[in-house]
Amino acid sequence: MRYSALKVFTQGLTGNKGWKPVWREPDPKPQYNVIIIGGGGHGLATAYYLAKEFGIQSIAVLEKGWIGSGNIGRNTTIVRSNYLLPGNQPFYEMSMKLWENLEQDFNYNAMVSQRSILNLFHSDSQRDAFVRRANAMMLSGADAELASAEDLRRELPFLDFDNARFPIKGGLFQRRGGTVRHDAVAWGYARGADLRGVDIIQNCEVTGFDIKDGVCTGVQTTKGAIKAGKVAVCVAGSSSRVMAKAGIRLPIESHVLQAFVTEGLKPVLPGVITFGVGHFYVSQSDKGGLVFGGNIDGYNTYAQRGNLPVVEDVAEGGMAIMPMIGRARLLRSWGGLMDMSMDGSPFIDKTHISGLYFNGGWCYGGFKATPASGMCYAHLLARDVPHPHATAFRLDRFKRGYLIDEKGQGAQPNLH
Amino acid sequence: MSQINRIKGGLIDRSQKLEFRFNGRVFHGHQGDTLASALLANGQRLVGRSFKYHRPRGIFTAGSEEPNALVQLRSGAFQEPNTRATVAQLFDGLEATSQNHIGSLDFDLMAAVDLMSPFLSAGFYYKTFMWPKAFWEKLYEPIIRKSAGLGSLSMREDPDVYDKGFLHCDILIIGAGPAGLSAALSAGRAGVRVILADEDFVLGGRLNSETFVVDGQPGGDWAARALAELASLPNVRIMARTTIWGAYDHGVFGALERRTDHLAQSAGHPRQILWRVTAKRSILAAGSIERPIAFGNNDRPGIMLAGAVRTYVNRFGVAPGKQVTVFTNNDDGWRTATDLAQKGVRISAIVDSRDIAPLTSLPDAEIVMGGRVVDTAGRKGISTCTLANGQKIKTDCLAVSGGWSPNVHLTCHQRGRPEWQSDIAAFVPGQNLPANMAVVGTANGLLTLGEALRSGHQIAEGTVSDLGFTAARHSAPVADNEASGVSAFWYVGESRKRAWLDFQNDVTVKDVKLAYAEGFRSVEHLKRYTTLGMATDQGKTANIPALAIMAECTGKTIPETGTTIFRPPYTPVPIGALAGRSRGKDFRPYRLTPSHKWAKQNGASFVEVGNWLRAQWYARAGEKGWRNSVDREVTMTRNSVGICDVTTLGKIDIQGRDAAQFLNRVYTNAFLKLPVGRVRYGLMLREDGIAYDDGTTARLGENHYVMTTTTANAGLVFQRLEFARQCLFPGLDVHLISVTDGWAQFAIAGPNSRKLVQKVVDGLDMSNEAFPFMACAETTVFGGTKARLFRISFSGEMAYEIAVPARLGNSMMQGLMEAGAKFDAVAYGTEALGVMRIEKGHAAGNELNGQTTALDLGLGGFMSKKKDYIGKTLSERAELTHEDAMRLVGFRPVERSKPLVAGAHFIAQGQEANTENDEGWMSSVAFSPTLGHSIGLGFIRRGHVRMGEVVTAYSPARGGNIAVEIVSPHFIDPEGGRQRG
Amino acid sequence: MIIDHPLLGPRDAAEFTYLGDATLINRPDPAAPDAADGFYEYLYLRDNPAGEHNELWYHEQGDRAWLVVSRNTLTHEITKVELARDVALRLGRDR
Repeated sequence: MRYSALKVFTQGLTGNKGWKPVWREPDPKPQYNVIIIGGGGHGLATAYYLAKEFGIQSIAVLEKGWIGSGNIGRNTTIVRSNYLLPGNQPFYEMSMKLWENLEQDFNYNAMVSQRSILNLFHSDSQRDAFVRRANAMMLSGADAELASAEDLRRELPFLDFDNARFPIKGGLFQRRGGTVRHDAVAWGYARGADLRGVDIIQNCEVTGFDIKDGVCTGVQTTKGAIKAGKVAVCVAGSSSRVMAKAGIRLPIESHVLQAFVTEGLKPVLPGVITFGVGHFYVSQSDKGGLVFGGNIDGYNTYAQRGNLPVVEDVAEGGMAIMPMIGRARLLRSWGGLMDMSMDGSPFIDKTHISGLYFNGGWCYGGFKATPASGMCYAHLLARDVPHPHATAFRLDRFKRGYLIDEKGQGAQPNLH
Repeated sequence: MSQINRIKGGLIDRSQKLEFRFNGRVFHGHQGDTLASALLANGQRLVGRSFKYHRPRGIFTAGSEEPNALVQLRSGAFQEPNTRATVAQLFDGLEATSQNHIGSLDFDLMAAVDLMSPFLSAGFYYKTFMWPKAFWEKLYEPIIRKSAGLGSLSMREDPDVYDKGFLHCDILIIGAGPAGLSAALSAGRAGVRVILADEDFVLGGRLNSETFVVDGQPGGDWAARALAELASLPNVRIMARTTIWGAYDHGVFGALERRTDHLAQSAGHPRQILWRVTAKRSILAAGSIERPIAFGNNDRPGIMLAGAVRTYVNRFGVAPGKQVTVFTNNDDGWRTATDLAQKGVRISAIVDSRDIAPLTSLPDAEIVMGGRVVDTAGRKGISTCTLANGQKIKTDCLAVSGGWSPNVHLTCHQRGRPEWQSDIAAFVPGQNLPANMAVVGTANGLLTLGEALRSGHQIAEGTVSDLGFTAARHSAPVADNEASGVSAFWYVGESRKRAWLDFQNDVTVKDVKLAYAEGFRSVEHLKRYTTLGMATDQGKTANIPALAIMAECTGKTIPETGTTIFRPPYTPVPIGALAGRSRGKDFRPYRLTPSHKWAKQNGASFVEVGNWLRAQWYARAGEKGWRNSVDREVTMTRNSVGICDVTTLGKIDIQGRDAAQFLNRVYTNAFLKLPVGRVRYGLMLREDGIAYDDGTTARLGENHYVMTTTTANAGLVFQRLEFARQCLFPGLDVHLISVTDGWAQFAIAGPNSRKLVQKVVDGLDMSNEAFPFMACAETTVFGGTKARLFRISFSGEMAYEIAVPARLGNSMMQGLMEAGAKFDAVAYGTEALGVMRIEKGHAAGNELNGQTTALDLGLGGFMSKKKDYIGKTLSERAELTHEDAMRLVGFRPVERSKPLVAGAHFIAQGQEANTENDEGWMSSVAFSPTLGHSIGLGFIRRGHVRMGEVVTAYSPARGGNIAVEIVSPHFIDPEGGRQRG
Repeated sequence: MIIDHPLLGPRDAAEFTYLGDATLINRPDPAAPDAADGFYEYLYLRDNPAGEHNELWYHEQGDRAWLVVSRNTLTHEITKVELARDVALRLGRDR
């Protein structure tokens, strides 16, 4: 069923009785060409592009719970391609371009809103680092724009220009950055994949891999054994747990990132704004809530919840740059599990087990990567060579010493 | 109009008449009212508009679960959007306005949206607004955003102050209703430290809303006596207006105490206090929340929860209507009828969905058993309701009860899942409670008063003895168990009209069914697709009925369909309260250098360096802009002598027999043979082989060293050294202490530095032979002041650093300047420091950025091949050592007059500017007054073998592209003659 | 969270800085023939268990002790806290 304004209108006239399920609820078949473990954004995007762009047939997505229940459903919805390093930036710029055409591509309004992202800076050396970043972005074909404090005062008069502990000296805009309605991304990909014959199987947990002589031939699940030509793990947040079933240790720790939303408010913020000294980033959703977050809690956890000091720290960051939000009330908080990798950058790679592939380590940047991650993983699965924009995301890079460390923090995941 | 609905009784103080304004109109109420009760007293039923359809809405509840009656409270910068009228205590002069309408509340122009509702079903926006592509940001989204949201922020800085604090107790009791009070009495009498917190401003919970009898007294009186006794106990802290909003790990709770929200002005007092309560045990006595039944047009003003109607009548002395109808699926609803009748309020009808015998009879009330309300009428408030049998009943208040849901919110904060208890048709706390939490009363599904009192008593006694105390000998308060039969009846299937579940977000029964039809069948999909439970009330009244409808669609039971769990906060918490005092200039503490006062008196501009404030430059009269000052400071230093406060550099005192061994392992270069009285430069790597800090270490004695680190890494280096000491080499005899703040340290640089230093040190021979480059000594200055002296140089000049106890730092600066007057000594700030280190080619933070290796930095020579050190093995990895790696070199503009830009990328001449051709970046630049042009340090592939090559410094982001020449990073005195001289 | 410091008693976790898995104590022998692999596995690979986890916390705003905390990553329950130095000595680390 194609979605359109006309369809909404005609359905409205007839009592909205004709809408069909957005995805089927099939039972698993005994065998698929490709099994994707993980019905999150990346897994669903991978299935979608595998079917649509690479013409692969017989694909299943296995999801332990309900699709979109991972980090695609618990993030701060920001999309951007404002990275520094050559291993990252072209990949994220590719993602940005996919976002820009996503809704027309999968016929679902995910509310891609290019309302801009602004990174504030508060010192000369931070400005220099942002100039380096802005130039790196422009080298990759992305847009970047350096704004002075005066520019910002005109555009965002509510920022604290006069009484800040760390004065705002300017900012780096990416006007093409913005936000996307996160759940809708999962649903749009699921719908697109389902329409192309992908079996999306919910409540189906993978309990083991069938590996013999270094070859993976299928998986054991709570819905029985399923054979597969290729098994693609895509479960960021739980990567270590799943890959341990294949005997693989990863350069990843699981951490929790809390995020927050306020009660609905009439329009306050035009775009995404991030603080350069504390950890704080904020945007306003179409429903009116200020959606914001900060740093990860910083300890290993699988508990999907955080603690109070970080809540306070994030609120302090917010008040530091925009004290007009003091009377806005925090309505809801949530915690997402992050695959924090050893250099802050992800993996899209084969493993040493033939037929077993891995996608993970997205830290807290996975949402914006969703389309490109799906496309590049699909490319790898279909052709067995990395996509040209994902050649850096290899599992052996630490052995080689190729670090994609945007923050320069080294092998300590909670610092990335 | 004056309080036309006010009736006798209640906990209000009629002697205090309060004036308030709603939408500009003047009303009156009494002390003890909420805004909601006062509005109802005045007959004001219409209070707001719903989120999506702009439906007229009134007051639905009497508590924090209110979905409808949200107002904007106060004005100006104090404006407070989305405030629940049901919990806002009335004060004299209160101003409130309604939200989310264009035009007046009565004639909201946006109400037309309601007519389009067939086209605005759940998730309609995912299916349209996609064409043309550019229209989303330009047209559709702005319209949606403008009509979305509820109240407005003032856009001005929050003028109130907020405090924070810690509290500790043995038992935290959450909720001061009957179960909580009963528990508090048991615990308090046993002598344990108790905190009893309740969100309300009058404690007692439902006892104040009902006509129950406890221990032979009216419930409200019993509560007041219990509170009086508790208040007399020194081990009990009673916290009214305090919401325990989050249950965190290990017995830590977030609590918000509202201190001035019930006053006209905060008058400089903290508006609210965020308490972090650490409790050994907690007892959750949060009560329960009544839920509605969904039927056609069940959202009109005047339709209220039955328990709330009782609250208004019993506690506030307000009759929400003159002809009240009750619609219930349970016994409890009947008490609304009997209570109201007793107060003389007319009951038109009691409609019970159950086909059982009537529980009672009322003279004027029609009783319809097995009845259902299918529709209501009344434009801005209910006027009639229609039953399934076609009967129409005139009514101005419809009291609805769909049963009570235990308030399990806090039991879920650590992801505990509630369990279904079918006899009360409700979720009760499950097995995975937060550690050391017990749940009592209706929160635990014990829905009668007698059980609630007993459970509070019992659980508290058990907890008391768990804690090692002896329970006082007293029995539980006694009350009869009222009738509490309930049926699982969620919505009226016969209704053809829209029946609301989530009132605020306008989610109806049809939306849930549509979600089912479209495959959004998991509870979480349902919530996300329809926005059910996402409003400011977090679906406190909506979630369970919606879940029941989804269960019916899927043909499963409710627990099979799923549960929804709750996350903090229980009720919304202002961001200002969470931030507390950490805002504005107090966001982070200031660290001031020891010479701060002197600097301030001498024209310094300051710059934030981490938490430090450092003098950036010292302006002199007549100087035009900072460059003038900085150029002068550099030139005067290089020509004579300059003085800079370098206290901010990290200083670590290292002592022990194995101190040298220790240093030898944490630095890349050799440290075993450093003689006493000498300083050595040292480079540190992370274990992954990347350079992260450098500095000097001086050997002051046989087993005594003092290390300096960069300002930025002072804490991190210390942490890593402690890690190496305690975890990697625990057998070494070495001890560390940070002395950064203990010593004020000054750099004295320039050709006349020796003369100046000789003047201030007490009798130490400063000749090059006696005190050469990289010498150090413990000495005294200015006639007896303890000091440490180092001959080290960051500027490339002959230079010394003198450290004195920090408290003497300001006088030291003054003394040095006075002593240097005859050499025309100059104070220099961080800018001049930066210029001189770039001229000299020293790496600093921009180069030691955590991404560069020692090889990249040109410091390969410091990597000892003879020993192990932290980072050695992994620094040898192929990608970190290959030929094409970055090298730190110098750059100068081909056209000398042009400025360089830090952050430019290098592209070989003639190559296209793209990521593939990116060869490196400019890390630091400065205008060199010594050379008269801009100079830069930067990293470029194979830079060390490309001297003289011209490349493009690409910087469209700032300054544009220019041609630059690769040169040695040592712009000044490459042989180092000056510093050794 | 509250960490029961072996010397100082229960302290708020906000006083501490977290490093990671306590296996970071087991720095490999740099002289071993497979030192490169050893260091790679030591520094980069993690079990990252869902359950009991021994981990390093540093009492930065306290006595600067490194602690090995045994904490469950599913429930956050802490079952044991030791001085990291004691653990390191027990593991045979010395000079």
